[in-house]
Amino acid sequence: MKKEHQIDFSSDWSLAPALENTSHFKLKETYDLFINGKFVKPHSGSYFETINPSNEKVLAKVAEADEIDIDLAVKAARKAYQTDWSKLSGKERGKYIYRIARIIQERAREFAVVETLNGGKPIRESRDIDIPLAAAHFFYYAGWADKLEYAFPNRNPKSLGVAGQIIPWNFPLLMAAWKIAPALAAGNTVVIKSSETTPLTLYLLAEVIIEAGLPPGVVNIVSGAGVTGSHIVNHPDVDKIAFTGSTAVGKMIMKTIAGTQKKSTMELGGKAANIIFDDAALDQAVEGIVNGIFFNQGHVCCAGSRLYVQESVFNVVVQKLKDRMNSLTVGDPLDKNTDIGAINSRKQLDTISKYIEIGKSEGAEIYQPSCELPTSGFWCRPTIFTNVSQSNRISQEEIFGPVLAIQTFRTIDEVIEKANNTPYGLSAGVWTDKGSKIFNMTSQLRAGVVWANTFNKFDPASPFGGYKESGFGREGGLHGLEPYLKFD
Amino acid sequence: MEKFDFFNSPPVDQVGIEDRISRITARSIKKEAKIQGLLMTLNMIDLTTLEGADTDEKVKQLCFKAHHLHDELPGLPTTAAVCVYPNFVKLAVNELKGTGVKVASVATAFPSGQSSPEIKILDTKIAVDHGADEVDMVISRGKFHSGEFNFVFDEIAMIKEVCGKDVRLKVILETGEIGTLDKVRQASDIAMHAGADFIKTSTGKIKPAATLPVTLVMLEAIRDYYYKTGIRIGMKPAGGISNSKLALHYLLMVKEVLGGSWLTNEYFRFGASSLANDVLLQIMKQKSGIYQSNDYFSKV
Repeated sequence: MKKEHQIDFSSDWSLAPALENTSHFKLKETYDLFINGKFVKPHSGSYFETINPSNEKVLAKVAEADEIDIDLAVKAARKAYQTDWSKLSGKERGKYIYRIARIIQERAREFAVVETLNGGKPIRESRDIDIPLAAAHFFYYAGWADKLEYAFPNRNPKSLGVAGQIIPWNFPLLMAAWKIAPALAAGNTVVIKSSETTPLTLYLLAEVIIEAGLPPGVVNIVSGAGVTGSHIVNHPDVDKIAFTGSTAVGKMIMKTIAGTQKKSTMELGGKAANIIFDDAALDQAVEGIVNGIFFNQGHVCCAGSRLYVQESVFNVVVQKLKDRMNSLTVGDPLDKNTDIGAINSRKQLDTISKYIEIGKSEGAEIYQPSCELPTSGFWCRPTIFTNVSQSNRISQEEIFGPVLAIQTFRTIDEVIEKANNTPYGLSAGVWTDKGSKIFNMTSQLRAGVVWANTFNKFDPASPFGGYKESGFGREGGLHGLEPYLKFD
Repeated sequence: MEKFDFFNSPPVDQVGIEDRISRITARSIKKEAKIQGLLMTLNMIDLTTLEGADTDEKVKQLCFKAHHLHDELPGLPTTAAVCVYPNFVKLAVNELKGTGVKVASVATAFPSGQSSPEIKILDTKIAVDHGADEVDMVISRGKFHSGEFNFVFDEIAMIKEVCGKDVRLKVILETGEIGTLDKVRQASDIAMHAGADFIKTSTGKIKPAATLPVTLVMLEAIRDYYYKTGIRIGMKPAGGISNSKLALHYLLMVKEVLGGSWLTNEYFRFGASSLANDVLLQIMKQKSGIYQSNDYFSKV
């Protein structure tokens, strides 16, 4: 029997806490709805508390919009569309959007800290990924605003009117940017709803919109739970629904708008296959596995949550992965050295815990590093399961947490069949040193995005969206403009 | 031990390596962790002088500095070693008697390695006979490029034999001449299997010398070798590491790849001449709160 040599990650040298400074701004006690260019109290007078998931402390109270508020917001958006926004030239619209991008950059630190406080994600990610990418999306679409004729030659592109947009809690500002930027560039006005757990950065964005001098009503920001969203979906004067969230809710929305004139794009769940061939650069592949599943605590619709490892390198990949997991820091999201932050809400933690129990009871083998977790707040250790088969629930259903199901495969045909054997089709990853194999895989994988030798990389110029039950329509790139336009 | 095919080292992905480096350099090393890291750094330095103009007096001064880094600060460690040409080994051994500072000697027709095996053996033998604790040899890069991996392997094995088991052998790959990260990985594998106790990036005579990506590739090779054999190989980045912040990122990389047990001068060294003073400057800054002039720190 071969002796295993384990790396010992205990060390006398540990990094001192390096907390991001939060003294440069102060959160308000309450946040009102942003309708028609002003902060207004909700019709119902009802506010909900939004917390910091890493310590469960209340950060602020946020207005909950009801049907009457949504109607006000849609009316404001319609009026702004008719009197201002649709009358502006593309070049003028572009100037406003550029201004939004620049102000986000100027206030990037504040945005990053609030995103981390409210969402639980590590400051490293909000600072280096969420906020810069959000600004980049506005910059990118600002550039398209006066070039729509060139983007769609001889098709006479026209704006739709009022776009109703509903975004999830995992990347609040970034998802808002993905939705608002192309909508405005194409000439539409917007009513956007934040999620009920992470509304705060959207209200900072409202301040940016005011500072950028947009005509009142061009962007309206509301918050609330699913009911609030349904008022947007049901409103007769909304021309387009853009939704990012779960497949279950996406199906409900599609049923609701069936038979209406509303256009829609849906960016829904995923269960991405991340495929490691035996000729891959394994150490870098392990890094890709970690980025694929532990990025944003696994709260990523395109997370690489199903890992397929070629059988001949299975043992070494799992060994390297376990070692890498032991060098990850789980803890205070505001600490610059934190790799994995807090789970976004108690509800989500319950879901994840349920799936971990299911995995165990189905006989899969669990591994978690022995890192210490804070005592308050919502936490989950990075988790991998081996001894998993295609028919395990943990390899079929979206968990939306830091939980990875690992299977083996022998041949290309086998892994393509397994990878495509899911109702989802949002993303996939392929790791091999052989270029021809990559092209072979990308043409056969039924997924909207296929990453080769990397994972979870985003760029405003690159379209993003799903196959099958992961949704339809694309966000990002030239493709992302099309769902906000109508053609002759 | 299982046979190793040097034509078949695992591939390395440069983009992935650079991504990993950017994660490491984004880490924030402050306060006690910084002080502790800086002291560790001092204790891992191979204080080096390898110039045509080296003299006995220069070497003597360097040896004194190795165990009197900055006497104003009590409790500082010594450097790990001084690193000199073979003809200064006897002198350095004498100067450093009883200090705990080791004497390392370059050998094998350093820095080009372009000489006959007889000369390389003799060069090494002189260093060893004069009492060197460690030998820093160079590989034959020309042979490596022409694919004569067995030649490179045999040469390292031959030099290790001259060193014996008590003198530790550091094998310099001269990564600046090797070209790609794939080749760095391959050269690392050859060196470790041939009997290297340490693998080392550079002579310091070629640019680029040590870089974080090259060092990460070598650390990963060391880890794979450890997984297979349980043998700990040391790592020595040399050349181009002249500031504390960079040195701390190297240490953090070692910690995250190989764990805490590699963080001693038995398994990790910096080959550097000017790093020590920058570390001293930083330690004084941490203690006193202000940066002092470079003039307060001795140049040799």
